[in-house]
Amino acid sequence: MSADPAPAVEVEGVSRRFGETVALDGVSFSVRPGELFGFIGPDGAGKTTLFRIVVTLLVPDEGEARVLGLDVVEDLWEIRSRVGYMPGRFSLYPDLSVAENLEFFASVFGTTVEEQYDLIAPIYRQIEPFRDRRAGALSGGMKQKLALSCALVHRPDVLFLDEPTTGVDAVSRREFWDLLDDLKAGGLTIVVSTPYMDEADRCDRVALIQKGRILAVDPPAEIGRRYPLPLVAVRADDLHRLPGALRRFPHARSAYPFGAEVHYTDARPDADPRSVAAEVRAFLETEGFRGVEAAPVAAGIEDAFMELMGAPEGEARP
Amino acid sequence: MSAPVAVEAYELTRRFGDFTAVDAITFQVAEGEVFGFLGANGAGKTTAIRMLTGLLAPTSGRARVAGHDVYTETEEIKRSIGYMSQRFSLYEDLTARENIRLYGGIYGLTDAQVRARTAELLRRLGLEPYADAPVRSLPLGWKQKLAFSVAMIHEPRVVFLDEPTGGVDPITRRQFWEMIYDAAEGGTTVFVTTHYMDEAEYCDRVSIMVDGRIAALGTPRELKERFGVESMDEVFVRLARPEAGAEDAS
Repeated sequence: MSADPAPAVEVEGVSRRFGETVALDGVSFSVRPGELFGFIGPDGAGKTTLFRIVVTLLVPDEGEARVLGLDVVEDLWEIRSRVGYMPGRFSLYPDLSVAENLEFFASVFGTTVEEQYDLIAPIYRQIEPFRDRRAGALSGGMKQKLALSCALVHRPDVLFLDEPTTGVDAVSRREFWDLLDDLKAGGLTIVVSTPYMDEADRCDRVALIQKGRILAVDPPAEIGRRYPLPLVAVRADDLHRLPGALRRFPHARSAYPFGAEVHYTDARPDADPRSVAAEVRAFLETEGFRGVEAAPVAAGIEDAFMELMGAPEGEARP
Repeated sequence: MSAPVAVEAYELTRRFGDFTAVDAITFQVAEGEVFGFLGANGAGKTTAIRMLTGLLAPTSGRARVAGHDVYTETEEIKRSIGYMSQRFSLYEDLTARENIRLYGGIYGLTDAQVRARTAELLRRLGLEPYADAPVRSLPLGWKQKLAFSVAMIHEPRVVFLDEPTGGVDPITRRQFWEMIYDAAEGGTTVFVTTHYMDEAEYCDRVSIMVDGRIAALGTPRELKERFGVESMDEVFVRLARPEAGAEDAS
């Protein structure tokens, strides 16, 4: 670790409360220069509060945060000129045109659209045919591309994107991540948050976040590899009844639907996944299921997230 | 397919000026079916749902929901359906108990019915300890389950769920789908939109809208076989990926 260059973002023990609500509870992580780093977690996990702190819009109650070696409280003006921020809510001027919004953001940072055109061109060219349209009248996908162009127009060293793909359909989401890949290839450090677990694979490293705490930080493949228990993918003709039946198996820890399958986690850490699969298949057949298939499966981000979450958010607890 | 029809549309169309948002869609949904209504942003899903819920008059075509005509019987439709959108229909300053009472009253339940339904819902959702706290203070997952329960309070024949699971954690998302299955087992028809493609697999049948038309309709298994792919995500990408760069031209 000592050979690593200075981190682009470094956060140490940051907490933030709003009244009685603890939005962030002792969060620490660091992002390397040039990294595409993702925060994965549901609404209310603290992602937006964290982003607002690192882009200097909110002061932490406790802890320290540095961006490009600069302190988010002491050096806020310098940080602001060197980072790009795309908030979760549409934050452009709806009554200005596409071109006017972009020119405005360029002028605030003392530059011009012409000077920065090469950087924003791959994104901006897609919306340029609509340059005279009011930003408020754009479709969701176009608004997203305009907001990204505006966040890039001053050539930031670090780009923070807070839930850029929320509410966006599966195809447009892929295209947005392709854009981020291109920006990363140009050397930009990118920190992005998302509630969609399937987007984790597009990041170099991800932090899983829930209720103001980071549950894990690792490359996406590594998070799956660290899954602590045998995991088996199960199929059967009656998919609706399958999770309930699997939870009745004596060694069950959990059973969750995953598309056309159910992922069954066994509570015995040292059991061989193949024998677990065989036991589960036999159990389901005695329960009257037909078309049963069961095979060990590698854990993904969503499996890991649910295992790390423990009790679900909506479950009644004393 | 022998079950009674809960929703039927025949060449249902809606134009706004010279833009055709919904272009002659035809489909039927059986009673008790979980029907996934998918499509890219701007494909026409919201316009179609607004017509089916009696909020927007069609330009042409026919549709009946719970046996009622979308042109002439919109009030009957509103009484026969439940609706929950991605942004909640709950009153955040009211408690869970008050929200249930409010919606029970709106849907014409008697006081005795409201009391019975309230007790049952609070127990089933595990919300009893928090029944008298403002909804604002509840975790998102609970709000979503409560919003769904409130949409079901008058035991509607059809319930429309517009991205009901957006932004919730993966466990709560799956618990929500168990509630959907329960509703369908009880005979309610579920008409649901989502951007999570794994959830498309949980539907009995799925339709995928592209540019105002239904580009594909079938069980998840049929659709995957037809396109020769392994997941609904791939089916969706094959259908919804427009000609390069033209996605926003509408």
